[in-house]
Amino acid sequence: MKQVDLVIIGGGSAGMAAAIQAYDEGIRDILILEKDARLGGILNQCIHNGFGLTEFKEELSGPEYLQRFVDQVKERGIKFKLQSFVLNITKDKVITYSNAEEGVVEIQAKAIVMATGCYERSAGAIQIPGDRPKGVITAGTAQKYLNINGYLVGKRVVILGSGDIGLIMARRMTLEGAKVLCVCELMPYSNGLQRNIAQCLNDFNIPLYLSHSISKIVGKEKLEKVVVSQVDEKFQFIPGTEMEFECDTLMLSIGLIPYVSLLNNIDCPTSSTRGAIVYDNMETMIDGIFACGNCLHVHDVVDFVTIEGRNAGHGAAQYIKEKEEHGSLKIEVDPNLAYVVPQFVRTPVKEDLTLKFRVRKEIRDKKVVVRHKDEVVFSQVKLVMIPSEMVILTIKKEKLQDITEPLKVSVEDR
Amino acid sequence: MKKFDVLIIGSGAVGAFVARNLSKYQLDVALLDKENDVGNMTSMANSAIVHSGYDPVPGTNKAKFNVLGNKMFDKIADELDVEFERIGSLTVAIYENQLPMLEDLAKRSEQNGVEVKLLNAEEVKKLEPNINPEVKGALLAPTAGIINPFNLVVHAVENAVDNGVNLFLNEEVVSIETKENGYVVRTRKGNEYEAKVVVNAAGLYSDKIAELVEPVDWKITPRKGQYYVLDHYKLGLVNHVIFPLPSEKGKGILVSRTTSDDYIVGPSSEPVEDPSDLSTDSMTLANVKNQAKDMVPGIPFNQAIRAFSGNRATCTRHDFVIESAPHHETFINLGGIESPGLVSSPAIGEYVVESMIRNMLPLKEKANYNPRVRPYYHLKKMKLEERNQLIKENRDFGEMVCFCEQVSLGEVKDALSRSVPPRSVKAMKKRVRAGFGKCQGGFCQPRILEELAKHYGLDWTEVNYDEENTNILKENVKELK
Repeated sequence: MKQVDLVIIGGGSAGMAAAIQAYDEGIRDILILEKDARLGGILNQCIHNGFGLTEFKEELSGPEYLQRFVDQVKERGIKFKLQSFVLNITKDKVITYSNAEEGVVEIQAKAIVMATGCYERSAGAIQIPGDRPKGVITAGTAQKYLNINGYLVGKRVVILGSGDIGLIMARRMTLEGAKVLCVCELMPYSNGLQRNIAQCLNDFNIPLYLSHSISKIVGKEKLEKVVVSQVDEKFQFIPGTEMEFECDTLMLSIGLIPYVSLLNNIDCPTSSTRGAIVYDNMETMIDGIFACGNCLHVHDVVDFVTIEGRNAGHGAAQYIKEKEEHGSLKIEVDPNLAYVVPQFVRTPVKEDLTLKFRVRKEIRDKKVVVRHKDEVVFSQVKLVMIPSEMVILTIKKEKLQDITEPLKVSVEDR
Repeated sequence: MKKFDVLIIGSGAVGAFVARNLSKYQLDVALLDKENDVGNMTSMANSAIVHSGYDPVPGTNKAKFNVLGNKMFDKIADELDVEFERIGSLTVAIYENQLPMLEDLAKRSEQNGVEVKLLNAEEVKKLEPNINPEVKGALLAPTAGIINPFNLVVHAVENAVDNGVNLFLNEEVVSIETKENGYVVRTRKGNEYEAKVVVNAAGLYSDKIAELVEPVDWKITPRKGQYYVLDHYKLGLVNHVIFPLPSEKGKGILVSRTTSDDYIVGPSSEPVEDPSDLSTDSMTLANVKNQAKDMVPGIPFNQAIRAFSGNRATCTRHDFVIESAPHHETFINLGGIESPGLVSSPAIGEYVVESMIRNMLPLKEKANYNPRVRPYYHLKKMKLEERNQLIKENRDFGEMVCFCEQVSLGEVKDALSRSVPPRSVKAMKKRVRAGFGKCQGGFCQPRILEELAKHYGLDWTEVNYDEENTNILKENVKELK
């Protein structure tokens, strides 16, 4: 069986960043396995701008952003295989992939970085009441049809869910001549970035109905109309609030879910994000298997995916060079937080610790506090935190020497 | 006008097996369906169970054909290359007062000639570690099985077509004229088919088709069943088909693994007016969930990838109608084929041909009849070397197009090369499973659409999701107008 030091599964933003970082730390024997016909992952179809503000202090389109990393991969001569789909991995880090040239191949890796991205929650997963006609499509698939293939899925569109792809597609389809009737969001707040609501909805006079959902889909074979109703605090439809929209397309932007089938198959522990539970070096609970990017938890902007990918590449490079024994402590969160990544910090702590989390609902004028026992190791005032924007904070390693108990992250009064 | 010896209306499981049985003989056979694919109604949306036959009332057609059909499935699954596993079923009693009913059911099984065994609570828990710990006992029926219902019908029709049957899709029958020695069947598109014998296997519409010839004393009163499908979850959530005790509404809500290692939970049972009403509603689904949890408390409903519904062709006679029309011996009505219809269909197909049509037409065997379909490719079951040999011969088998279900381009092209090729995205899904997984086609649909367009020489905007005029794409925005 062929041996490779580092195999990276997924050649999108996370995977490329991990590969580049590991290379720059001295790992030369790297292989990126990408299922699609080109590197870059989902950014290939994100032709809008707004990428790279953190990374390059520029506003790039998705393809521009990804190309900068493709160039870096190629400059370094990092090997990658396209249209190569990983069928299976084992806990012992044997990877089985398939492609047309080589057939089904097994390789042994010293370390694996999982960078498989996420998939869209579909209509089936939320059980919208009513008929099941053709004309209900996820925003990302509609985006692929439009931006890669050049086809519009519909001319009169209602969008359910205010995730960023849905907002971006509201603008995109409007520009291509479709009429976007409204965006409705079950929650009392949007799940998209504020800037997207301004630039994609407000600028085009597309109404956003918060605390609204689809109470009925009508249409036998083809979608004819949807009924939008307001919901109460328990997400039950409020009678009398029905609005009917005649439309040919219901586009769903109702959430992204980490794509972790390969990890599930080897019983890798996962968190409430559905992604793997990881240490601060992005190593999962399975020795030598790392995870980063949207297959770990879904990010707001690609720049943070890139940073997390580097972190995983760094972790994998260290692991390959010299595997160190370490202890670990849990990072606990209070009920205001939906999750935190990483869930464990290795001890002794040798590097600054970056924590990423989301709040469950909007929180104003509070502070985020991280404690070890009773000692405050980090504290920062946050004027506003909303579920759709990931909070990232970094704790200096000096503060974390000699920790012996779990760290506790909480939201407290100022 | 096209002339046939036998014309079958409806290409669901029943019509498919009538066609397949007829294809052994030197007859001109037409198989008509109003849909854009075979097996596109009840045969597509059901529990996918090969029932053992413990439940139907002894002496009924349901009991007879279920038991006969069940015994035929090993051979059929082999000849038609369909995934089939006899995993057995457990009908569980959760409450003490259900135990006598379990014993009654055991007696009924005996009368039906079905092998069963009563198990005590400990034995049940041993077989099913995730069962409700309150379980008091169960009836084990080892001959029950799970099947891929999509492939069963497609492959049966494919085999029939390979042996000379003529399939006509998108042909909805609107009138039937009785003539001396036969019938003239007209379709919505204005086509006419003449046949000496007509078999009405129109499922949910079988009463309407029957009445085109003469009134009958039965009527279809469709009952909807709503289901959940859960993604490939760890194997072993349940090892058997788990049934509650049956009631007058049906066998109740079952929990089972599918042949694709998904889990299926359902069905509900509620009357509907319109046989084509396949809507789902949250209240019924919540009820399905609760009833299933009563048997298997730990079902991970957060792994649900789809809810769907199918309608049963329940009939006022509460039994299968398998008989000639009252005054037209050569017009055969097959109505009310609800559960256990899928398992019964091969036996019904054989009976209709050998015990009914044999008295109407001379049946001369074909010399070149082949009961087997051209073998399908089961990549997941192949050894590495076998698979690589295949990819060496045809590189398309190395290129994966559906990631969730791991389907290769080779399998997609193979489906298109067969005698009952998929004409729509959904038809392809039914054949190779592309789009059945957790992303529900989000990733693979554009690729499948591309292959369909290529194969049929269509523009992308002409490729249908399912029926005619269900094109997914509205317009090409890159084209100059």
